[in-house]
Amino acid sequence: MSILIDENTRVIVQGFTGREATFHSEQMIAYGTQVVGGVVPGKGGQTHLERPVFNTVSEAVEATGANASVIFVPPAFAADAIMEAADAEVPLVVCITEGIPTADMVKAWQFLQGRRTRLIGPNCPGVISPGKSKIGIMPGPIHKPGHVGVVSRSGTLTYEAVDQLSRLGIGQSTCIGIGGDPIIGTTFLDAIRMFHDDPGTHAIVMIGEIGGNAEETAAAWVKENVKKPVIGFVAGQTAPPGRRMGHAGAIISGGSGRAADKMAAMREAGITVCETPAEIGEKVKSRL
Amino acid sequence: MKIHEYQAKQILASYGVPVPRGEVAFSPEEAKAAAEKIGGSVVVKAQIHAGGRGKGGGVKVAKDAREAREIADKMLGMRLVTHQTGPEGKIVRRLLIEETLPIDKELYLGIVLDRAIGKNVFMASPAGGVEIEEVARKTPELLFKEIIEPGMGLQGFQARKLAFRMGLPAPAVRGAAQAMTALAKAYEAIDASLAEINPFVLTTDGKVYALDAKINLDDNALWRHKDLMELRDLNEEDPLEVEASKYNLNYIKLDGNVGCMVNGAGLAMATMDIIKYAGGNPANFLDVGGGASAEQIENAFRILTSDKNVKAVLINIFGGILRCDVLATGVVAAAESLKLEIPVVIRMEGTNVERGRQILQESGLNFTVAYGMKDAAEKVVKLAQ
Repeated sequence: MSILIDENTRVIVQGFTGREATFHSEQMIAYGTQVVGGVVPGKGGQTHLERPVFNTVSEAVEATGANASVIFVPPAFAADAIMEAADAEVPLVVCITEGIPTADMVKAWQFLQGRRTRLIGPNCPGVISPGKSKIGIMPGPIHKPGHVGVVSRSGTLTYEAVDQLSRLGIGQSTCIGIGGDPIIGTTFLDAIRMFHDDPGTHAIVMIGEIGGNAEETAAAWVKENVKKPVIGFVAGQTAPPGRRMGHAGAIISGGSGRAADKMAAMREAGITVCETPAEIGEKVKSRL
Repeated sequence: MKIHEYQAKQILASYGVPVPRGEVAFSPEEAKAAAEKIGGSVVVKAQIHAGGRGKGGGVKVAKDAREAREIADKMLGMRLVTHQTGPEGKIVRRLLIEETLPIDKELYLGIVLDRAIGKNVFMASPAGGVEIEEVARKTPELLFKEIIEPGMGLQGFQARKLAFRMGLPAPAVRGAAQAMTALAKAYEAIDASLAEINPFVLTTDGKVYALDAKINLDDNALWRHKDLMELRDLNEEDPLEVEASKYNLNYIKLDGNVGCMVNGAGLAMATMDIIKYAGGNPANFLDVGGGASAEQIENAFRILTSDKNVKAVLINIFGGILRCDVLATGVVAAAESLKLEIPVVIRMEGTNVERGRQILQESGLNFTVAYGMKDAAEKVVKLAQ
């Protein structure tokens, strides 16, 4: 089993005809994802990658029956694209775009409240249910179908962890990159709840980083609720305070958001904490 | 992006936050002229992008314009060390000359994003003049918060509530509430990521002023504020970081001797961590982006190696879709064109990885191929010793 997406998920691509969107749509199609069309305002009626292009998300949903969307539009228009997808009642929206102004996300986040859309990201690699479907920019071949759920704020560090798992013969149910921004649609807690409820997921890997306290919040819930093994890592143990480490959300501010505190909270919750990123695979293996 | 106190005050004043009369000065003469214009005693404040300036000798009172000139003469060019600058300190190049005020109370106002709820939060405290983190830790009961509802701004009742809670006398509440509403308006209008007035003072004649001001701007929103972009002061940034930013490289200088070049922010942080774990010290954080093109790699190499502390470099690229043979060719070309002499350890994963490793090994350059992050970290730490 898997969460969020599988072989039946029908995806539209917002910003379909752009360079990045085109490249990654081809990759998604090659992986087996059902990409059923795209949206580019003003290009409705055209065909791209042998799929129809629409002017608006609602038109695209109506014509294709899409139940997921992936956003590749530039940062200045990305929050608007998220709201358009939510307005069209797309159940799952994955926003890859990096660099969205925080004020725009405050607005979009508010817009999502009370609507039926789940947002993944922004500033994330996306979601993959290995062997079934991938919505995002992660390299498909390093993944392997199986029973470990992976949730992470990072892109390439997630690939690193997944690669270690696959090399050890440990497959994944679903891997979710939740994004490196301060405001994200799906948190560690949301993802861990879904993995907890999924009978096809037997263990959970959470990869956090400095900034905020979402790891601590999730750890507290794990302590009370989760019986499956949880393995964690936190990047940024050596990051200086007050500096934004690449991701907009990766900053230690006013003594909060430190890696050491997150690791302590995880340990306290019974989560197996990896000291280094090189031992994620081995630690998972030891808990299975 | 950080801006100076005087710039923050100019912005706040334009939105209706009362600030003391003051002027910026770049020379002792300008300081004297500003003091004459203000009249009476003035405060001379060093303008650097760091807090704790008072304790470091960066804030001094002058009784008249002549003394203001003398103080300015000493302060300009001095290396000001505070708990936020690090031991190397920062050179003072600008001063703010301001009127002195008869202070009755020092309070705190601030706005920051609450990531958990996706909304901005207005904070106020009667314990001004100290760092708010300290207040939150030691006397959390003195920190009051109001949520700013998106699209609505701080409401009048919220500002009044905060003003009364801070214990302001009734006649001063109206002015304080207006200042708070103005601060919230400014915060949203300029896409700030942090705004602090600390201290926010009540004078003995019942007025309120922003005695200090700190504003950080959201880098992701700067494109829609061309006027604010001009406030960037390159002197306040590390020269290598300024250089890196020209090429869209995410570089942060640290004090170790192992240079790092990594694709992706999370992996870059994790690489620093594992270098430390292996007994070394990272010289920098560097994210070359997901693609890691040949041009990016050459720029990154140049910036990394202009840090004289760097004794060895670790390249950690998890490509996935990226072709390792192309990456390796780029690394070899960059190393040759820069005549790189220090040892380089390369760990890469992606398509055509075997071919990539072969290109590196056959280049005749000082490259070490590593397998996995642990191996890479151990090798590079050894080479840096």
